[in-house]
Amino acid sequence: MREAGWSRELIATLVVAAAAVGVLPLLVGTYTLTVLIIYGMLGLSLGLVWGFGGILCFGQAAFFGLGAYAYAIAAINIGESTVPMLLAVAIPAGFAAVLGAMLFYGRLTDVYLGVITLVVTLIFHRFMNATAGSDYVIGNARLGGFNGIPGFQTLNVPGHPDAYVWGDSLYYFSAVCLVLVYLLVSALLRSSFGRIAVGIRENEMRAALMGYDVPARKTIMFTAGAAIAGLAGALFANWAEIVTPSLFSLSQSADIIIWCIVGGLGTRIGPVLGAAGLSYLKFLLGQQDLIHNSVVSGAILVLFVLFLPGGIAPVLANAWRSIVRRRSRRRHRRRRGPRASLASGDA
Amino acid sequence: MPETVLETQGLTMRFGGVLAVAHVDFRLDALELRCLIGPNGAGKSTFFKCITGLLQPTEGQIFMRGQETTRWPPHHVASLGVGTKTQVPSVMDGLSVFENIWLAARRFLPPRAATRKADEVITRLVLGPIARGSPGRLAHGERQHVELGMVMAGDPWLVLLDEPAAGMTGGDIERLTEIVAEFTWTAAVVVVEHDMQFIRSIASIVTVFHRGAVLLEGHVDAVLADPAVRSVYLGQAA
Repeated sequence: MREAGWSRELIATLVVAAAAVGVLPLLVGTYTLTVLIIYGMLGLSLGLVWGFGGILCFGQAAFFGLGAYAYAIAAINIGESTVPMLLAVAIPAGFAAVLGAMLFYGRLTDVYLGVITLVVTLIFHRFMNATAGSDYVIGNARLGGFNGIPGFQTLNVPGHPDAYVWGDSLYYFSAVCLVLVYLLVSALLRSSFGRIAVGIRENEMRAALMGYDVPARKTIMFTAGAAIAGLAGALFANWAEIVTPSLFSLSQSADIIIWCIVGGLGTRIGPVLGAAGLSYLKFLLGQQDLIHNSVVSGAILVLFVLFLPGGIAPVLANAWRSIVRRRSRRRHRRRRGPRASLASGDA
Repeated sequence: MPETVLETQGLTMRFGGVLAVAHVDFRLDALELRCLIGPNGAGKSTFFKCITGLLQPTEGQIFMRGQETTRWPPHHVASLGVGTKTQVPSVMDGLSVFENIWLAARRFLPPRAATRKADEVITRLVLGPIARGSPGRLAHGERQHVELGMVMAGDPWLVLLDEPAAGMTGGDIERLTEIVAEFTWTAAVVVVEHDMQFIRSIASIVTVFHRGAVLLEGHVDAVLADPAVRSVYLGQAA
């Protein structure tokens, strides 16, 4: 029964994603859409770590920025973009594994975890800002301090350094990456590892008394989130064609958390929608100067926390469920109550 | 001679200046049922937590089936086959009752076998009507049963139950008595309890704790008739 649910969900995800990827460029430019997708992936990374792993990481931006810098530096040194892309996933993941092991084996929880991850982000921000001199060089890449690193090789077709993937192609490539990551996250959460991770989120002590190694499992979850954030960072570097220390900024970190809350914590699609929606709103607000966009996003956050603490995804899921239920009730009025709505589960 | 499954030697736990557990030597044989009693603050729960690894004892040693487990983290102890029910029911409120029990079974079984095991435990504990719901909405006594289900799903050979009868009504306690008896078919069981009627109904060897140390050990009737025990329980007067 679980497998049947999975294949149905797989098909539904692919159909919805294909429709969205096809239709959205008619409404919004692909250049803007690309960055919305990238932010969606970044939102998803924290949605996994926080919403399902119960790890409130205030420094998801650190892994995002680390992925972007890793890509830029590697691309300058290597040229062809395949290895840099892989490094952009591996380096943040490796860093998160070490940091996570220190935090989780040190039995740090909630607030301390948030503070330390935030401080790590700020250290990166400070450090990268201070690397202006010619002493700060990795291979052929100058870190460039406040100005960041421009002029690196952008994404190319593997093995063909002259066949750049940019513009519309980068949009489709990013979209495919997001769908793949989304499906991987879905598979992870359906697996025993994912179910145990949610158990740990619910009650760490009970999970330990059942015999599960909580620190090891949290470290793995943290690392998976960092790998996704790193991939998003690499895509961002390709989209912006420059990386700057602002990737590590406090506002970037805060944004990711707001995306998750507004989108819906403990859902997969919520943080993606929250990230894309709020970033698009920020983009629109940036085109006028009547009201500052941080006032609006602050107001949205407050309104959601007060009136819709579960976020937008559960509301959408309920609406969808009630539509499906009404339909199927009309269709099989004589039969027993519909079960399809139950199988679709949590958004 | 039966195998000793749990043994502590000079187990001591200090919290700052307070001596919560003082040099406790304790032995438990395979398939034995033992009750720990004693007034509040006698150190029973602290003793439990030292055994399960939730607390690290200040001094002394713990052996399980001959293996030293002193200062092991809780998940190592649990992985040996030790099932624990904590004093305050510790369940996963955000998940269904079924998922709670499935997770406990999954630790020792592959996914499909864990599903079968969880169904079996739910049938045995008559949790069927509440299996799909969250334990967060259940009464205290029902939550206790869910937690017992989680212990049962791990097929432990050592079961530690901290106040299992708390918050249970008459019918629930009868069920609990049966469950404890079932545990003893395959496991050694230690029960911390205040409910004397319950202790008499599962009639066994009782260890009395007082001020962190073992005051007396013996059959339940002899122990409850003992003047020293009566004075500890009823206060200075008796």
